[in-house]
Amino acid sequence: MSQGNAAAEPAEAARKSGGNLERALRQGHFAVTAELGPPRGWDAAFVRKKAQILKGWVDAANVTDNQAAVVHMSSIATGLLMIEEGLEPIIQMTCRDRNRLAMQSDLLGAAAHGVHNLLCLSGDHQSKGDHPGAKNVHDIDSIQLVAMVRAMRDENHYQNGRDIPGGGPRLFIGAAANPFADPAGMRPYRLRKKAQAGADFIQTQLVYDVPRFREFMKKVVDLGAHERVAILAGVGPLKSPGMARHLRLNVPGMAVPESLDARLEAAVKGIAGDDKTARSTAWREEGKRICVELIQEIREIEGVAGVHIMAIEWEEAVPEIVKAAGLRSGTQG
Amino acid sequence: MDPFHPEVVAFCCRHCAYAAADLAGGKRQPYPAAIKIVELPCTGRIDVVNILHAFEDGADGVLIAGCLNGSCHYIKGNLYARQRLDYVHGLLGEIGLEAERARMINISAAMGVQFAELAGEHVETVRALGPSPLRRKIKQGEAA
Amino acid sequence: MIVAEKKPLDAIARMLDGCGRVLAVGCGTCVTVCFSGGGKEVATLAASLRMKRRMEEGKPLEVTEAMVQRQCEWEYLEPLAEQIKEYDAVLSLGCGVGVQTLAERFPATRILPALDTLFMGLPSAQGVWEERCQGCGACVLDKTGGICPVSRCAKQLFNGPCGGSQNGRCEVDAALPCAWHMIWERAEALGMTESLMAIEAPKDWATSRDGGPRRMVRDDLRLPAEQGQEGGE
Ligand code: SF4
Ligand code: SF4
Repeated sequence: MSQGNAAAEPAEAARKSGGNLERALRQGHFAVTAELGPPRGWDAAFVRKKAQILKGWVDAANVTDNQAAVVHMSSIATGLLMIEEGLEPIIQMTCRDRNRLAMQSDLLGAAAHGVHNLLCLSGDHQSKGDHPGAKNVHDIDSIQLVAMVRAMRDENHYQNGRDIPGGGPRLFIGAAANPFADPAGMRPYRLRKKAQAGADFIQTQLVYDVPRFREFMKKVVDLGAHERVAILAGVGPLKSPGMARHLRLNVPGMAVPESLDARLEAAVKGIAGDDKTARSTAWREEGKRICVELIQEIREIEGVAGVHIMAIEWEEAVPEIVKAAGLRSGTQG
Repeated sequence: MDPFHPEVVAFCCRHCAYAAADLAGGKRQPYPAAIKIVELPCTGRIDVVNILHAFEDGADGVLIAGCLNGSCHYIKGNLYARQRLDYVHGLLGEIGLEAERARMINISAAMGVQFAELAGEHVETVRALGPSPLRRKIKQGEAA
Repeated sequence: MIVAEKKPLDAIARMLDGCGRVLAVGCGTCVTVCFSGGGKEVATLAASLRMKRRMEEGKPLEVTEAMVQRQCEWEYLEPLAEQIKEYDAVLSLGCGVGVQTLAERFPATRILPALDTLFMGLPSAQGVWEERCQGCGACVLDKTGGICPVSRCAKQLFNGPCGGSQNGRCEVDAALPCAWHMIWERAEALGMTESLMAIEAPKDWATSRDGGPRRMVRDDLRLPAEQGQEGGE
């Protein structure tokens, strides 16, 4: 348990969880989170290496839970390796794979090992993953998960209403929001619902279409939801025009303006078509530049409390983006 | 060994193919003797089970002859027949019979020559496939 | 209605390996109207099985066709009682309930399923059937504008759509409408969006299959003798 550390910090600096992310948000810093994808096998060195890349550049990093419904090392186990490396994990938990018993027991265990943050998700459907014949659970939904964990923490009881011996786990609770999915009219209300259920922070789907995001945020601010929950906008560097197209066409609920494809295409002007390495490097450089610009624009939007940088299998890009956007110097943890 | 004389049951719509077959005969463009015509008010009358029963009773092939698309006397009977034939093709595959043994053609009452040609074509397809294995087995069963 | 579809012919043929005489029994209710277990389907399957057996060179298969009005009630099965003894097996073209009702009524005979029972649903267009209810035992349709989130949302969400809903379609299959998109639009049309703002608490799945096999009892309808046997009071 981290009681020793918590005692050394200002009393109100970490009330709910004792974690970095909560402290940064409470102190009014523009929060930065990233994502660490666990390995498909059980290679701890893989996790440690990625953790070292991100360490010092972000307040905390999400650990995905069987992302895309494909079996990976467990998010909690991966998170423990990250803690050992000095990187604070945000454990993702989907409603797809666990019922309320498994969720609660796993969270008690995670808290005992020093996990401070949880992100509650519905989860991608298993039909899209590597075990399409699996039975899904969906005992409770993501908003019910948020409410359950909040009651565990603040009211010290299980979902069934009975007391948790010794009190509930101290978790900073997150949820996801997709500003670009349908039905568009319900999206701001759904975010507010998550805040009302007890979410402390929200991470959004990747934002590439800033005007649409601004519109969404205006409604969120009008509802006053941003005062109850810290909203971290999702951003991520594009690797190629192909990736932009793929996100636009194949990922439901994703808005990627075509002007970005054009910008990436322009970045490889003058490079020979068969020089794959040079083209890829040019695209990636441009992708990072676009990402930095997006962060700078998004930062100015009312109600945005931070960014969540998703650089899938490209963790090296995160420190560069954070530095270029002037969010961190990388010297402190 | 007996020479193979294929037998093909032709379900013919009264408004087109049946008349076309008549015309073919009148013009001395006879359709092959292998074709055994069953007259229908419309190919839409055909049911999956009718086609199966033809095969079960020993037919080597089945021909469904309906009106040209858009000219069905009952608007869409020929389209229904086509869909049912598609379904039968699946069943024939499951049973272990070649799907090509059942075919549909679309003609008008005036197309006697074409009827004779297309019917002849299907008889040749069936001849190339050989006798229906079910027919062989009926004979064996009788002999046994 | 209960919607079912024919199993692959080979799977049915394998169940019948070794059988010489089979009674194929259709059902005149749900599976007749979804075209999987009515009189025509019984005839089609019987012919298919006979032909397949001939192709496979086994001993000949005799398939007798029969229909009952409703396979899911013992009373309707009585007309089969005499003839059933003459068969090696009964092939049911009823839903899973029909198969089991036959098996319970005729414990000395092998009863085999010819259909895969799919769901409770309706014909949404000619030739298309869609699921509408999972029998969760605690209906919430009053709260969701008559659209079921249990059977129609791929993730059984109770508090709004997941992030994959786009253009009214479900992320799982673009052929399927997103249940929550429909729920929201219905609420807008009825001026009832406010009712979707409340947080819906975790569902009590004990009334669903999760609580174990279910049973319904109406004492007022029972025969007095049965009541006595069961309760002892
Ligand atoms: S809520 Fe339950 S009972 Fe009502 S339609 Fe859905 S599954 Fe059926
Ligand atoms: S897209 Fe709609 S129906 Fe499909 S899982 Fe998400 S909320 Fe449910």
